[in-house]
Amino acid sequence: MTGTLDPTVVNLVVFVLAVFVGYHVIWNVTPALHTPLMSVTNAISSVIIVGAILAAGPTEIDFGSATGAVAVALASVNVAGGFLVTQRMLEMFKKKAPKADKAEKK
Amino acid sequence: MSANLVALWYLAASVCFILALKGLSSPETARRGNAFGIAGMAIAVITTLAIVAKGRLDLILVAMVIGGMIGAFVSRRVQMTQMPELVAAMHSLVGMAAVLIAVAVVNNPAAFGEHDPLPRGNRLELFIGTFVGAITFSGSVIAFGKLAGLGKKFRLFSSAPVVFRGQHTLNLILAIVMIGFGVAFFLADGKAWTPFLVMLGIAFVLGVLIIIPIGGADMPVVISMLNSYSGWAAAGIGFSLNNTMLIIAGSLVGSSGAILSYIMCKAMNRSFFSVILGGFGAAEGATAADSSQKTVKSGSAEDAAFLLANAESVVIVPGYGLAVARAQHAVKEMAQKLIGKGVSVRYAIHPVAGRMPGHMNVLLAEAEVPYDQVFEMEDINGELGSVDVALILGANDVVNPLAHEKGSAIYGMPIIEANKARTVLVNKRSMAAGYAGLDNPLFYMDKTMMVFGDAKKVVEDMVKALE
Repeated sequence: MTGTLDPTVVNLVVFVLAVFVGYHVIWNVTPALHTPLMSVTNAISSVIIVGAILAAGPTEIDFGSATGAVAVALASVNVAGGFLVTQRMLEMFKKKAPKADKAEKK
Repeated sequence: MSANLVALWYLAASVCFILALKGLSSPETARRGNAFGIAGMAIAVITTLAIVAKGRLDLILVAMVIGGMIGAFVSRRVQMTQMPELVAAMHSLVGMAAVLIAVAVVNNPAAFGEHDPLPRGNRLELFIGTFVGAITFSGSVIAFGKLAGLGKKFRLFSSAPVVFRGQHTLNLILAIVMIGFGVAFFLADGKAWTPFLVMLGIAFVLGVLIIIPIGGADMPVVISMLNSYSGWAAAGIGFSLNNTMLIIAGSLVGSSGAILSYIMCKAMNRSFFSVILGGFGAAEGATAADSSQKTVKSGSAEDAAFLLANAESVVIVPGYGLAVARAQHAVKEMAQKLIGKGVSVRYAIHPVAGRMPGHMNVLLAEAEVPYDQVFEMEDINGELGSVDVALILGANDVVNPLAHEKGSAIYGMPIIEANKARTVLVNKRSMAAGYAGLDNPLFYMDKTMMVFGDAKKVVEDMVKALE
């Protein structure tokens, strides 16, 4: 074996393994939580914000960093909104033991 | 921070994302999972901020605060019935962010630690990330419009399929031309703005054209598909930036959306391609065939309440009509009354009920229905034969027994077998056919009683009658 490893090949290895992990993890998600799954995956895909931060990073503000800043703002909407709305939904799925007891006593 | 340290932090974030999804395997662990997700995101963002610490942090932080506040505001205000719209809107933001990042990469690869001009290998990946992102954006905007009911103002957003002659040929030609410009972008020297921008423009148009022919009730598939695309777009950008965390997160999301699309298609017994090609339900039209010759028995909410109160076991089958009428709280109140009278109450959820995967479960959870009363279709179908009353609220195709008859448009679709219950109560606004454009024989059965009216109003009347 000669030569250096092309980063694309490394990326491909990571990609294939990640799809494999995703496949197995997602099949275990209970159907009742499919809506929270969508909102949390939304938030997770907003990790694209790291690309936006790099784009907005350079000291000189130019077209590229302005574009990056807009992307940071858009992705931040999703990061905050996605995780918070998931949290809100999951709170609803909590077992409400005390209330159920009350209802039974009626 | 050294590149190695950055990579390790990104690895930690990736593991957190996997744990976040793993947590969703049960409601008990789901909140912990979400906390992992938030932690992973925090690690990812802080690590990246450290990389650009010498640059314009002020600009970045202002953008983050503005975006974060909008997101927080929306997440608090959104109604649970509006979740499909919210998710569609968020998909469009991921898509747009991917496009903007790609534009920034073409403009100045050096900011991302890449060679200037961008090497060929990274360009190919950038091209893929860009067009998937663009399609995600414009497709999600259309999906949002359809879900939010903007169809009355703009025909493009019509929840009925928008079809025209040569649609698929046009899409195919556009796709080929787009790929052609992508290749030109790949082969060109220098920044190659022209092929990049033409390709981007075509991708935006394609996103619109792909989604308009798909009708309202196929939205669970569309939303899942766009969810998947938003992940692949992120993964594509990750490839072009050689960022493994982005690749991992994007692939997780991409496979999640793909699996959800598969589950939704299976629950409708339709192939993914037939959903994507669209036009379903348009050919038959929305006319309920020969319904005039058959008679239905209709009754008042009070009659229905009487039947429910005298039953031993009741199964409630909610559908999109329940979401539209926002009747979930009234339903829960009614169920409480019935349980108080010693009636066993369960809920049966069809996978495609509503407009997105899990839509009904969230509505019932919002109304504080304990999730151990809520059953998936496969888990309850076997028991419906011994149920006294099946109460169908705003659902139609998912309980249509025609699915068992060869030759019908929905033959083979798994249904909730409400027709096996001893008595069937159906609440609907009118006798109009469901999304599939089919009449529903369930409504004409001797043991069926129809209760016409808005779901919320009818259920509230039932609650009054139960007192």
